[in-house]
Parts: sequence; C-alpha cells; structure tokens
Amino acid sequence: MKPPLPVEEYMSPGHLACQGCGAGIAMRTTLKAFGKDTIFTFPACCWTVIDGPFPYSSLEVPLLHTAFETTAAAAAGVKAALDILGQEQIKVVGWAGDGGTFDIGIQALSGAAERNDDIFYFCYDNEAYMNTGIQRSGATPYGAWTTTTPVKHFKKEVKKSIDDIVAAHRVPYQATGSVAYPEDLFKKIVKAKGISGFKFLHILAPCPPGWKARPDDSVKLARLAVQTGVFPLYEVENGVYRQTIKTPSRKPVLEYIKLQGRFKHLTNEEINEVQARVDSYYQLLEKRFQD
Amino acid sequence: MKKVIMGNHALSHGATLARVQVIAAYPITPQTQVVELLSEIVADQKLKAAFIKVESEHSAMAACIGASSAGARAFTATSSQGLALMHELLHWAAGARLPIVMAEVNRAMAPPWSIWSDQNDSLSQRDTGWMQFYCQSNQEVLDTVIQAYKICEKVLMPAMIVLDAFSLSHTYEAVDIPDQELVDRYLPPFSFKYKLDVNDPHTFGGLTKPDWYMEFRYKMHEALEQALPLIKEEGKRFGDMFGRAYDTLDPYRVDDADTVLVTSGTAASTARYTVDKLRRKGKKVGNLRVRVLRPFPFADIRRELANAKKIVVIDRNISFGYHGIFAQEVKSALYGHCSAPVFCFIAGLGGRDIFPETIEGILAECGRAKKPKQDIYWVEVKK
Amino acid sequence: MPKSRKKIQFNNLGELPPMAMSLRSMAANPTGSWRNLRPEIRYEDCIQCMICWKYCPDAAIELDGEKPVINLDFCKGCGICAEECPKKCIAMLKEGK
Repeated sequence: MKPPLPVEEYMSPGHLACQGCGAGIAMRTTLKAFGKDTIFTFPACCWTVIDGPFPYSSLEVPLLHTAFETTAAAAAGVKAALDILGQEQIKVVGWAGDGGTFDIGIQALSGAAERNDDIFYFCYDNEAYMNTGIQRSGATPYGAWTTTTPVKHFKKEVKKSIDDIVAAHRVPYQATGSVAYPEDLFKKIVKAKGISGFKFLHILAPCPPGWKARPDDSVKLARLAVQTGVFPLYEVENGVYRQTIKTPSRKPVLEYIKLQGRFKHLTNEEINEVQARVDSYYQLLEKRFQD
Repeated sequence: MKKVIMGNHALSHGATLARVQVIAAYPITPQTQVVELLSEIVADQKLKAAFIKVESEHSAMAACIGASSAGARAFTATSSQGLALMHELLHWAAGARLPIVMAEVNRAMAPPWSIWSDQNDSLSQRDTGWMQFYCQSNQEVLDTVIQAYKICEKVLMPAMIVLDAFSLSHTYEAVDIPDQELVDRYLPPFSFKYKLDVNDPHTFGGLTKPDWYMEFRYKMHEALEQALPLIKEEGKRFGDMFGRAYDTLDPYRVDDADTVLVTSGTAASTARYTVDKLRRKGKKVGNLRVRVLRPFPFADIRRELANAKKIVVIDRNISFGYHGIFAQEVKSALYGHCSAPVFCFIAGLGGRDIFPETIEGILAECGRAKKPKQDIYWVEVKK
Repeated sequence: MPKSRKKIQFNNLGELPPMAMSLRSMAANPTGSWRNLRPEIRYEDCIQCMICWKYCPDAAIELDGEKPVINLDFCKGCGICAEECPKKCIAMLKEGK
C-alpha cells in the first residue's frame, strides 16, 4: 500500500511542541505538501518556540521570524523580492497562530488579501494565545475557559468568523482544514499551489494543555470538531463554496465538548446554547455549499 | 542632468538610480510625492521594482524586512506618526542586520496635529540601530540615498535619510541627477550572503538566550563603529566620482571661530548665511552642521570643536524633561575633551521658521556669558 | 541543514554569524526524555496502514518500507499513534522505573 502522504520529511523530530500538539501535525502535513521550494515566515506564536532556539531549527526550509502583527506583510515582502529576483517558483507561506491572525495580525492579513498578494496564509488555530499561557483570543469559542476568561467569567463572545472575513476580500482560494484529515488538507494545499493570488488556509489544531484535554485525544478532537459541525471542512474557490468532508448527520456537540476540561463548567443550558449556535452557523454555511 | 526638483523627488530619483527592487510605502504628508513619483517611474518601467501598496507604515517596514531578507534592495519613506508606528520594526530591521534605506521627512509629532518640520520623530528612533543622515539640500538627499545603500550593504545595518518637512521636502532646488551608468559603477547590485535561500535553508531570528544575545548586540554596535570610517571613505569616493564629497560633519568657517553654532538640516543653511553676515561685522562665528548623528562621530566632533570658546547648539527638537537632543549628544561627546561652554537652544518646533534674525537673537542671548545661565533656552516662545 | 547529535559550540565572536540564524537541526535535541509512557507496536497485528506514521506530531515514527518503526530517541509518548491505530495494536507502557 502506498503511504497516505509523501514520505519525505521537511521537519525534524526534536522540536519543542508539547506532547500531542495539533500544530505539530499541521506543520508536518503542510510541509509535505509544499516541499523544498518554500519559504516560511512566522510571527510570534507557538511555532516561534517549537522550531527551537538559536542556533537550531527543526524546519528544513528557510524561515524568517517576524514581529507579531506582521505575518501577511512580511510574507508579501518576501514574495515580491523573489519575483523581482526571478525566483517566482518559490512559494511563500505566512504561518501564524489564531492570535496573530484574528487579532493583532488582522490588519496585515486584510491588506494582503485585498491586494491579492501572491502568498499562502496559514492560520493554525488552537483557539487562544497558547504560547503565552492560554489567554483568550478572538478565536476562542463561546463557553471556553482561558486564563483571562476564568470559569466565573468564561468567554461569552462567539468565535470571530475569520473565514467570512477573508471571504469578504474575494480572495481566489481559501479553505478550512483539520489535523484529523491530513489527506484533505494535503489535497487543498496542492490545489492552492496551482492558484495565483492570496490563498488562506485555516486549520484547527487542538492544544492539550490549553483545551485541558488528553494529549492522545488531539486527533480525535480535531475529527469530532468536523463531525459535530463545529469546524466544517470546506474550500472556497472564486466565491464557490464546496464542502470537502461531508457531515450529513452531525454528532451532538456534547461529544466534542465533554473531552475538553475548558468546557467542564458549562451547565446543560449553556451546552444547549453552544449546540444552538453551532447549528445556526452550520445551516448558514450549508446554504452556500455547492456540489 | 540638472533639474529643478523638490526634495521628495530627489528621493525618488535617488531610489531609482540606486535600483531599489522592492518599495513598500504608505502615504503621509509630507512624504507623498516620494512614492507618487516612484509609482510613475515603476509603471513606466523605468525601474524594475515591486511596489507594495501596504495598508500601514508598520506593514511597510514589515514588507521591507521580508524583501530585504529575501535578498532584494528595499526602500520605504515616511514621516512622524508613520515613523513612530514603525518603531517596533526599526528595532527588528537593525537586529536582523538588514540594509534597508528609508527616507524620513522630519515632521512634528501629534497631538496637536502638525505637518511642519520638527526633529522629534527621527530623534526618538536614535537608539534603534539605524544610521541617521541629516540632509540640508536636495542634492545631498539624492546623493545620500545612493551612498547609504553602499554603506548599509557593507556593514549590514539600515539607514534613514532625514530631511525637513516642506523646507526641503517641498522646496525646489537645482539638482544634478547623475547618469545611471555612473551610479552603477559606484553601487554594485545587492548580494546578500545571509538571504533566505531554498538551496541553503536557515532560520533567522530564533529565540536566543542570555548567553548569546549580548554578543549579537555587540556585533550590531561594532557594525556601526565600522560604518563611521566607511561613511567618510564613501563620502570621499563619491566626491571623486560625482564631484560632490561628503563627510560626517559639514564645518563652515569653524577653524578660527570663537563661537560655533551647531545645527542640522535646513537650519544650517540659515546659520551659514548668518555666519557670513556676522563675519562681515567682525564677529568670529562659525557653523558646524551635523550630517551623521548615528553612528555618532565622536572624534570629528571633538576635533572640530576643540578650539571653540563657546558652543551654541540649536535643536529643532526637545527631549521633555531634559533639553535638546543634539545638545545632549554634543555635550557628552565633549566631556573630558573640551571645556568650552555649551548653550542649548530650542527653536523651530512644529515648523516655526528659523530666520537669520532668530539666530542673531540666539547669539545675542548668549551675550558675553562665559557659561550658560540655564540648561535650556527656548527661542521666541510667547510667554 | 546538518543533522548531528552534538550541540554547537562557539569558541569566539568570529564564529558567531552577524544575526541569530540556525546552523543545525533540532535533531540534536533528543525529546525521548520527555516520555512517561512508551509506545510498543505488536507487529503481528499491524496491518501497515501507516496511520500512526501519518499522525505523529513529532515525525518520531519512521517507515521501513511500509512498516512503522518508532524512534524512541524522539518519541514524547503522546499516545496519538495508539489512540488512532485501527487495530489497537500499539500499547502505551509505563516508562522506566
């Protein structure tokens, strides 16, 4: 049987991710889809530390560390330089966490999306500022505990819909991904590689310490998020929505929530609230899917 | 080719001749003409460059950092609020050792809003590691952009070319725009040994513990120390090739002066005019224009001011709670070397004109005092 | 990038690059010491689906043809491989003492 993904690794073991880190799976899969002719930029995020301290690195492709707000702008600068220098075949990937995408980095993201800069923007989403110790971000879902939304004041605001925000910029390609479906993510990246202009990939990456979940549950959680409709997997190509992993009968959200300590404090009423919100947004999205 | 152009356009021509490859800029008065002309030049394909119309100055510097890291010659232009917004990334560009050149039009910081000339914006950045060249003519602006790339790419530190708002940026002067061929002979293409390279992948800027961070800072400082003789060397080489030489300082009738006015930017032109006027009356006055503030030309300052009996610094800036910044820096350079009194005058903030009469007034205020009666003198402030 | 187990030493300032840049792989950092639990594959039941290899966040499972081989120098013991194995043929055993 053929391996499900290309065998060559562009990431070495020995990196500093926590046991069971979703962001580790996301990066490994993504690197396999990109290969050698790729340059990454990272803002401040978990991967800033995961990659390793000077003078080491766990990536086998060039990487530029940049300031927190700057992912999309720095990536745009790298790409512009490569094009002028006649190296247009090299892909440039801005790789940021949810904090650096939904919050502090959203201006640069919007600017690059509006300019249709020929870059890839990947947001690996662990739904809080995990690198600094689990503080809430605009990506933290309703109901979650974080250190800045303690149980008595858990997050009441809904998760910012970054995919809708990016879609409003009418980018040529965007998609969601989950570390439980690496082949789906791989296919999307390969498709995106053939597209010129701004490409956005939003990957759900479970975080055991931040979600208060078992490290061996990370893939299961990333799968349940899709199967419950919390994080539907789809792509949008020139405005046309297509669901890539179908979920005809969604599992109840409780199956996803009960494995995570960050939701442990929720009452039945609050869980029903979560279910209602998930249903409502999923149904909105469902209407856009074309087959 | 001689043309009458504004300071901003001198920057555009300088950047074009320097064959910049990536321009990322955001509009701000009084810089807009720099990038407007560059846009046209790029659109007319007279310059092969990518122009990224970024959505803020912070992103402008971020894009320049990305582009320079990938091995392209990067350029941007800004002023006051925009420069302040870039502050975080000025530290970044210097720490990343990127030879980015930026045009900085000195404009007063808000609030209240002001679009006129004042040096607080650029001087607030003097600790970031960026070289700073304060220009007094459009010719110097154009020439310095070209020299700056040569110097930056040798020492791997960034530089800003500073010019006064309106009195230089929007003032038309005759400028000799050199031939591209001559500039090409002076300035070779950018070849970055440490660029992002898929055939030799490395990670840049990774977490560095206390055991090595300090050494990287030492190297940055060392690079600026190496830049000082290089600036003088390149200024002389430029003179040999283009007929206009430059140095860290620009002394005018300082040799036999009893009183030396220390100025920067366009105030120096006015000071020069006033020096001539006073000399005709028998007063032994001179003007020392500071062109390069970073790296600080300690030896040159000490040498030029060695024989002065009185030093009068005119600062178009103020470090609140202290006094003028050029005065601070000159004073501390002279400590232990020259015991002449240093008078610190604050003039021209927010674009208020510095007239020859203003300077004469400053000298009159110093009067016959052997040393300053106060640490800071404010010029023509309505009380 | 050079992959070696030896840590890098700088003997003088001249050996340091001008800016902080990586000179060696993190493969110099054996994270196997992080483990509390150690995975062990029961090869007689393994169907070589390569799902464990696919999911490992640390690339600590190598493929010998289609056979997964866990690299215990780097395996952090997260247990994802055991959890995702369709044949449940990976046991997570208590490490060490």
